[in-house]
Amino acid sequence: MEQALDTTMTVNGSPVRRRIPARQHLVDFLREELGLTGSHIGCEHGVCGACTVRVDGDIVRGCLMLAVQANGCKVDTIEGLSDSGELEALQKAFHERNALQCGFCTPGMLMAAQDLVLQKARCSREEIKRHISGNYCRCTGYQAIVDAIEQVLNGQG
Amino acid sequence: MAKAELPLHAPGTQLDKGYIGQSVPRANAQRLLQGRGSFIDDLRFPRLAHVAFFRSPYAHARIKRLDFSKASKAEGVIGVFDGRSVAEYCTPWVAVLAHLKGIKSPPQHAIAIERACWQGEAVAAAVADSRSQAEDAVARIEAEWEELPVVVDMDEALAGKRVIHPELGDNICFKRELDTGGVEEAFATADVVVEDVFHFGRHTGVCLEGRALLADYNAAEHSLTVYHATQAPHMMQDIFSRHLNIPEANVRVITKDVGGSYGIKVHVYADEMATAALSVMLRRPVKFVADRLESFVSDIHAREHKAKVRLACTSSGEILAFELDDLTAIGPYSVYPRTSGIEGNQVVNLTGGPYRHQKYRAKMHVVFTNKNVTCQYRAVGHPIAVALTEGIVDLAAQKLGMDVAEFRRKNLIPDDAYPYTFPSGIKFEKLSHHKSLNKLLQLMDYQELREEQLRLRKNNIYRGIGLAAMIEVTNPSPAFYGVGGARISAQDGATLRLEPTGMLTVMCSVTEQGQGTEAVFAQVAASAVGVTLDKVRVITGDTAVTPYGGGTWASRGAGIGGEAVLLAGRALRSNVLDVASQILKADKATLDILNNEIINRLTLETRMPLAELGRVAYFRPDTLPIDFQSELTVTRHYTPRQYGFTFTNGIQASWLEVDPDTGFVRLLKHWCVEDAGTLINPMLVDEQIRGGVVQGIGAALFEECLYGPDGQLLNGNMADYLVPMAGEMCDIVCAHLETPTRQSQLGAKGVGEAGTAGAPAAVMNAINDALAPLGARVTAMPFTPQRILKALGKV
Repeated sequence: MEQALDTTMTVNGSPVRRRIPARQHLVDFLREELGLTGSHIGCEHGVCGACTVRVDGDIVRGCLMLAVQANGCKVDTIEGLSDSGELEALQKAFHERNALQCGFCTPGMLMAAQDLVLQKARCSREEIKRHISGNYCRCTGYQAIVDAIEQVLNGQG
Repeated sequence: MAKAELPLHAPGTQLDKGYIGQSVPRANAQRLLQGRGSFIDDLRFPRLAHVAFFRSPYAHARIKRLDFSKASKAEGVIGVFDGRSVAEYCTPWVAVLAHLKGIKSPPQHAIAIERACWQGEAVAAAVADSRSQAEDAVARIEAEWEELPVVVDMDEALAGKRVIHPELGDNICFKRELDTGGVEEAFATADVVVEDVFHFGRHTGVCLEGRALLADYNAAEHSLTVYHATQAPHMMQDIFSRHLNIPEANVRVITKDVGGSYGIKVHVYADEMATAALSVMLRRPVKFVADRLESFVSDIHAREHKAKVRLACTSSGEILAFELDDLTAIGPYSVYPRTSGIEGNQVVNLTGGPYRHQKYRAKMHVVFTNKNVTCQYRAVGHPIAVALTEGIVDLAAQKLGMDVAEFRRKNLIPDDAYPYTFPSGIKFEKLSHHKSLNKLLQLMDYQELREEQLRLRKNNIYRGIGLAAMIEVTNPSPAFYGVGGARISAQDGATLRLEPTGMLTVMCSVTEQGQGTEAVFAQVAASAVGVTLDKVRVITGDTAVTPYGGGTWASRGAGIGGEAVLLAGRALRSNVLDVASQILKADKATLDILNNEIINRLTLETRMPLAELGRVAYFRPDTLPIDFQSELTVTRHYTPRQYGFTFTNGIQASWLEVDPDTGFVRLLKHWCVEDAGTLINPMLVDEQIRGGVVQGIGAALFEECLYGPDGQLLNGNMADYLVPMAGEMCDIVCAHLETPTRQSQLGAKGVGEAGTAGAPAAVMNAINDALAPLGARVTAMPFTPQRILKALGKV
């Protein structure tokens, strides 16, 4: 018999209460239980960053955190930050510069980029590259992504 | 006909030429940016079952017994199946093509029967209500194995002491020899002969979205709908139809968003065929998404080559001849339906390709091994051929004491020599090697960089410059697959429909995986018809909706699909003007379409909006003459006919620094000058090149599927298999020449693989240039710190 725990969290501003299997990853819970399929699963071992979500203000790998560990936490996903408009500037810059191709890494990349935007007013290109070096993109070669983030951070790029 | 001039306005008018050549952002990127894409794993279906596969832990082993008793009883399990039971619903396949003479491969089943031939080959499937339950069931499958001798080394495979498929007689899947004659004499009389052996590591595509499909069999209709992350929906429709025995028209393949493909998702995978068969067997939808660990052992690998190459030249630096001996290993099966003989074949076709020597001799063997299968991955054979060519060219220049750029200038095929037939038989319509070289040298400030390199060497800083000229196969005709018997369309089609509101719907058989196919089709369609881009919607990836076609591979989307869209757009424009002429009672020749309006062609005065034309044509045709029918939906097709392949050319350069103490390579800058004919959207072209270059850099510096002597993949996860991340990448400068192909009205050639084709060679030459003063040289990719330190004699 699979162990499950009653869990309460706030997801994209709405309260969620579920009985969650103890072994379920946060990103599986978000995708399978809540239908928030914008957070993607690329590796399930914490390397690629496609499942990046925000928990209590910090970005985390949705595949390295169990859903029950988010008990009492505030969880934000790409859907929530898109609807609230928080990501608007980054999304616009990514779009204009074609800083995405297949788009599978993009939600995680935007979550990581927004984390930098919230932390810093200005940033060097090298700092941007370092900050997103936990997010794998196989399509773009990263340059356009760095350009887009730089544009939002520094109003240039 | 040269570059398309759209729309076709009266001579002398200063009108917008349409969207061709404009860097318009992709409309379909918006949903991806908001996490609202629709990848296979995002789909939700009633009664959806999930399959997980039990894969062989051995590289070669006989299945003595499979025991499903515990697995079948696990929670949520719907069924557990072996190869025999699935084979009753899905026939096996043999991946050979008639034009690759002598190619052989054994039949392959959806799930292995009796024997597994590589670690990771699926030998059983568990279907359950959820993926985790299916995986739990797989963990409870008990198997008894008899290990068989493994063949993992290419030379051993070729020697054939142990034969993987005894019924085939040896381990040779395919071999080819080519000889123009006169090679022996050229080498005997040459002033300078250089030779070297190059090794290329096996690597793989690592699409961020694993391979995925959701097969939904409807027993009542005997129909199968497959939501499939594939590059070739019509090809898969044909394959599901034939191997599952369902009429072609009852099979529908729908391809929504695809999370990276790069050639990985254009092949037939046994586990995917098994998933479709299981849907038929269980009469319900079944989904399979390869997780990362199974992706590494089951997505095709590519590029395991060892090649000796020789070059003969005169003392003044004129190349006389090339000689090649290539050996490549492809795993235990040739991959269906494209075969695994193509990559080696391309290496033979393309080696030496940019240069004007007339003598060439090549020998190539493709052998079976007990490793994961290999097949066509982005740039197929080009990275090998370009690295062999450019590596040996640099060595010759070095031996002659000539500057590497000068040596190339001396030998590149002149820009006025076209049409041109290369000694391997491939034909070039029109290339621009010299213009490209000049543009590159100017762009990178070559002389200044050389001076900087010399200055820094005095401070023990070792920087290198590497050049790599290239040719690239794009826009293939049936010469690639169709002539060999593969049911892969070389033709593509586009349907354009003017909607009643004056909007334009485009349906095209070429698919989108993020490269911007839909965006460029919208640009071409809007320009051809005369509407603004906001009026255009593009639909791809549905065999029930779009015209028939090949899909996305071999850098063919813009050149072939784009031309079909252009032809359909011009035809629709003419049809719209027919309607306008009836409504306005005006001579058709005096009318044109611009910015969603019918205009007077000469005065540019607005005559009527397209929305009004649409209203009349669809809702009030009674007001039109009794013998008139409007045709506001048009379909056109295109396949290249004059040339087997529309070759492009380009040249790349890498500037990097090698740390002789650590062996680390730091990339400083990379340049690519590419001639892809008419540029439809320069921004998207640049981004295709950049992404491709970075995949090529991955091959040069990081990526290798490492196998142990027992045929076990040692680094089959994302933490151990290294790929380029943002921190290691340098900026990539792109520049273009535009030599349109005259085979089409649009003039576009392909560009998706150019970056990957040339980057490994440029990086290799740059590393060797940096190491030259230290007397070291590396020729085995990837160039890891360990290999560089070894070359330096430090480890």
